[in-house]
Amino acid sequence: MACKFISNEDTTKWIEALAKDHVVFVPVEDGGSVTFRPFAEGRKPVLDRMPVRSSKEAVFPQTETLLTYKYDKDPESQDGTSVRIKETLPRERAVVFGARPCGTRGMSVFDRVFDNDRIRDPYYATRRENTLHVTIACTKVESTCFCHEVGSGPADTDCSDVLLTPVQGGYTAEAVNDRGAKMLEASFFADGGDKCAEAEAVKKATRELLGEAHDFSDAPEKLLAAFDDAEFWEEQAAGCISCGACTYLCPTCYCFNITDEPTGTTGKRVRSWDTCMSFQYTLEGSGHNPRSTKANRLKNRVNHKFAYIPNTYDKHIGCCGCGRCIKSCPASVDIRAIVKAAQTRGAEKESK
Amino acid sequence: MKANPILPDMATVLEVVEETSNIKTFRVRFDDENVMKKFTFEPGQVGQLSVFGSGESTFVINSSPTRMDYLQFSVMLVGEVTSRIHQLKAGDSVGVRAPLGNAFPTEEMKGQDVTFIGGGIGMAPLRTLLVYMLDNRDDYGKITLLYGARSPQDLSYKYDIEEWLGRDDIDVVLTVDNPDEEWGKNPWEKTGLIPNVLKEIGPDNSGYAVTCGPPIMIKFTLMALNELGFKDDKIITTLEKRMKCGVGLCGRCNIGDKYVCVDGPVFKYSELQELPNEL
Repeated sequence: MACKFISNEDTTKWIEALAKDHVVFVPVEDGGSVTFRPFAEGRKPVLDRMPVRSSKEAVFPQTETLLTYKYDKDPESQDGTSVRIKETLPRERAVVFGARPCGTRGMSVFDRVFDNDRIRDPYYATRRENTLHVTIACTKVESTCFCHEVGSGPADTDCSDVLLTPVQGGYTAEAVNDRGAKMLEASFFADGGDKCAEAEAVKKATRELLGEAHDFSDAPEKLLAAFDDAEFWEEQAAGCISCGACTYLCPTCYCFNITDEPTGTTGKRVRSWDTCMSFQYTLEGSGHNPRSTKANRLKNRVNHKFAYIPNTYDKHIGCCGCGRCIKSCPASVDIRAIVKAAQTRGAEKESK
Repeated sequence: MKANPILPDMATVLEVVEETSNIKTFRVRFDDENVMKKFTFEPGQVGQLSVFGSGESTFVINSSPTRMDYLQFSVMLVGEVTSRIHQLKAGDSVGVRAPLGNAFPTEEMKGQDVTFIGGGIGMAPLRTLLVYMLDNRDDYGKITLLYGARSPQDLSYKYDIEEWLGRDDIDVVLTVDNPDEEWGKNPWEKTGLIPNVLKEIGPDNSGYAVTCGPPIMIKFTLMALNELGFKDDKIITTLEKRMKCGVGLCGRCNIGDKYVCVDGPVFKYSELQELPNEL
């Protein structure tokens, strides 16, 4: 990859230039935490840390309209009613600026699920196509970071268009694909020169900070072997309060609900983020609920990421290792620890 | 694959049949004749009915692909969307997303005896296959139907049953938990739980058994079929789960890594045994 350089000052100018014909989602201070918001004059991007919320809302908004409808006659009247519906595909062009490689890589799960040989979700696929990702490689690590254990790393370019690496006075910029190369044609970029070697050293140093990687490769079979061990799952879920913070902040969580929002004789059908941690999520009309306990729900969440997705999508782990679910869990539930416990569960039983 | 799998096609209700006190059958046609002409499905596949303003719910298409005058859905009044669907009248618009999911293995079942065991609204998915087989009668062996409900008034498809009772190429047995004074005068009218009546009939175990009904009935029917010696890969059932998208995305109808809306709703008993225990 050709390496270019952009100064800190020009980075701000670049964001301003991009914002002329894109919605640029940048991390900003908002209500005491750093989260992605559309860039606007006076909003200072915070590019030196991992945002609390992931950038998935750029390609998978918290709520989005799927269609609008209009009744041609009053639905309350006695005569037959006819309805007209209109598809509402997204049109805006966007840039996600300043996500970390883990968060950006969350889309590797969305890409597999929402756009494959069997199905193409046009809402997601359109947004994904119209959204560029300028990602920043990490220079520090936190105790909750484990990207290196799920097949990634602090300078991973998966799903990004451009990777920036912090160096003295600015960033090196590498294009990951043709779309990225086109972005780097802007006038703000100079030849990388010595900065390129500095960037490589930064990447290497950050990777070393993460240390050795735990091996999750036998997690699918070990988790499924533990499926009927109710005691194991109750123990893992003991602290869980079913709040769903883990799912809303997760860059790979994509479960959703579909609801209608009527306004008189018109209305819209919207899709909103849902959470598998909620009792109502699987509650059936009859009153039956296949996942009525928090232990069963947590089991499904862990299994989905570390067993079902790898088994369905060629061993691709459905977790990007960002650690948001661990960091923001009010009860300190740690998905790494649960999977590791399942991996060693059999061994413990055998040694007894 | 459709360009937008989440967008319904518009259809109009032709006729509403009141089956029981809480089940109505809706016969619908797509408004666009081209959509109607091109529409194909296999017995067992499902569809989503939309009443805009209330939402969407999943129901089996219980008409047969051999009779394409309309698509038929039977809806039990249970919650918010179904109560809104129950208000639909002939002439009303309804959104339809179909076909979704898999189907009964009609090819594989050719030449074999088939025993149908339906309970309550679980008769709906059996009806599509039964009508299909009767319309291709020479392709299948002996056909037996055991259909049960809480009371004689809770039996749906009375117009079908009357026709089937009049045919000599299908054996029909009906059973109820709570008989009324009239019940039991005919030899095909039994009283008792479906699994017990099934054992009493004792159908030949070399063929296929297809069952659907409330979870508890399915559970004991599967046990009875095992006892009667039916093979696990020749026992077929259809599952229900809460569904939203119907296309394997929204995440709630999974059993392990399988989604009932795309990998089901039709499963063989042998396939169910391979899945994690999460029904």
